[in-house]
Amino acid sequence: MSVRRLAADQPASFTFSPETMEKARWWIAKYPPERKQSAIIPIMWLVQKQEGWVSEPSIQAMAKLLEMPPIRVLEVATFYTMFHLAPVGKHHFQLCGTTPCMLRGAEDLKKVCKSRIGEKHTVSADGMFSWEEVECVGACVNAPVVAIDDYYHEDLTPEALEALMDKLARGEKIEPGSAIGRQTSAPENAQKTLTDPSLYDGSLARPIKLPGLPENA
Amino acid sequence: MLADKDRIFLNLYGTHGADLESAKKRGAWNGTADMLSAGRDWIIQQVKDSGLRGRGGAGFPTGLKWSFMPKEVKDRPHYLVVNADESEPGTCKDRDIMRHDPHLLIEGCLLASFAMQAHACYIYLRGEYVAEREAMERAVKEAYEAKLIGKNNVHGWDFDVYIHHGAGAYICGEETALIESLEGKKGQPRLKPPFPANVGLYGCPTTVNNVESIAVAPTILRRGAKWFASIGRANNAGTKVFCISGHVNKPCNVEEAMSIPLKQLIEEHCGGVRGGWGNLKAVIPGGSSVRMINAQESETMLMDFDALSAAPHRSGLGTAAVIVMDQSTDMIRAIARIAYFYKHESCGQCTPCREGTGWMWRVLERMAKGEADHSEIDLLLDVAGQVEGHTICALGDAAAWPIQGLIRCFRGEIEQRIDRYRSAKGVHQVITPVAAE
Repeated sequence: MSVRRLAADQPASFTFSPETMEKARWWIAKYPPERKQSAIIPIMWLVQKQEGWVSEPSIQAMAKLLEMPPIRVLEVATFYTMFHLAPVGKHHFQLCGTTPCMLRGAEDLKKVCKSRIGEKHTVSADGMFSWEEVECVGACVNAPVVAIDDYYHEDLTPEALEALMDKLARGEKIEPGSAIGRQTSAPENAQKTLTDPSLYDGSLARPIKLPGLPENA
Repeated sequence: MLADKDRIFLNLYGTHGADLESAKKRGAWNGTADMLSAGRDWIIQQVKDSGLRGRGGAGFPTGLKWSFMPKEVKDRPHYLVVNADESEPGTCKDRDIMRHDPHLLIEGCLLASFAMQAHACYIYLRGEYVAEREAMERAVKEAYEAKLIGKNNVHGWDFDVYIHHGAGAYICGEETALIESLEGKKGQPRLKPPFPANVGLYGCPTTVNNVESIAVAPTILRRGAKWFASIGRANNAGTKVFCISGHVNKPCNVEEAMSIPLKQLIEEHCGGVRGGWGNLKAVIPGGSSVRMINAQESETMLMDFDALSAAPHRSGLGTAAVIVMDQSTDMIRAIARIAYFYKHESCGQCTPCREGTGWMWRVLERMAKGEADHSEIDLLLDVAGQVEGHTICALGDAAAWPIQGLIRCFRGEIEQRIDRYRSAKGVHQVITPVAAE
């Protein structure tokens, strides 16, 4: 369990932007009309996209929108660790520190974050960067992994991570994926499977007779 | 090696298109209407006969699970919920299915929902999988536009698929915590019974299945239960996506036959252990929750449910996430980090887990430094045994097992660490308080 509390400094108010509200309505429509509460996590995520973090006034606003008691929204905000309860940098780094990433050098990546950004959960002086250590992000065969903003950067080295930070600092776009140019989760330059061309020539789309059907079918 | 023609996930690495047209070319959505017209009993029987066991970790027979749903729909609608909250350390297979072969999953959702008389299905992705969620939304949109799903679709079974997501909580991979989370609450597991098949999402009959379990179903029906059952040993049928991470030369995901020898899996697909097979120290074969096996056991181990769960190692296939550790690994640190994971992810509902996971982690951190007493090894085992089996969900067990595995395989290493620490400090015994925080 991690203990999470709302930030001491809170804004006076919160308003849904028209874009956030439009997307929120799209989410609410996915659930039965009397089950609007189901949309809380996706909507809180949208609010975080809009504001950068989840504030107390936004919790009140979400409670109103979904007709929930505010305490139930607070429960969600404090339970789920992807919600930032205080402002983060313009680019937020989620560094995976769990064993599969640790075995492949996550500790060295942490040092880069510490020296370039500072202690975890702090925002760099220029407001550009912040970082935290997160638990397994589920890309273990491409370890070590850092999620920057929403997307995964994989097979990282300290140098590759620094290069990404440099690019972001210069205002350039960064491409997610493998830092060593690997084809997703395939073994690096050694793919031995899925090489049979007949799997991809359309022959599998020809009409088939299902095996094991009852005789009269 | 499994022949390419016997693989199910033909776009595992994303080397081909994930779009509907490309998926159809690879055989997706082929014969789906015939499967539905053969009836729900036929579908369930085929899945039962195939020997498919759930791919999410517990290995419960999928067809049997489907048959637990009420036979008739009464006042409450039925739901299928797909567990795509892939968070077990070491595991990243569902990710590839969703971003590269999403249509197999959607087709499987239709078949499973039809078999269980559900008209709606929610796919719950972990919050971090943003790219995968976008890929799934694209594929669902395509399937609606092609009238493969939705109201008045070509298959004649009104059916909606909704993509939902979480926000960073491992516990939501537990089926009842997932349901709570999908209802918009914090993800704390429910007591069972009642089981979800009776009282699940919104109090309605619900089946929760892993992504891979659902995504293999269409191909099983296309190729036949006999084909699937012929791969792997009896009671351990089929193909399986393995995720091999850690100290191998070429970590990767690969679909292989169940019961493949571990050594073959590592040498054939992953370029071997870093520094050679002789450099192997231990393997966690099924995701961080299972007990590790040592190098000697790895030599002949078969990668299936029964071989891995046998005594004395009592490990498990879990999610088939193989974490390989070579001789350079500090085993105590590696397991201490896993213990921290469970401490961080405990939902706090049950006292043994809430307190026990933190206690076990703190002791392991000290042991990693050697700052402990020999007697604490047995004390740690005792506490792990008190947590195990005394919680609502399996997270307590999952926190205890890796520690039990560590002590079984490397008790000597912990003792040496303690002795080294003492001789460096020039003390005979280290008395450390072991109370809760």
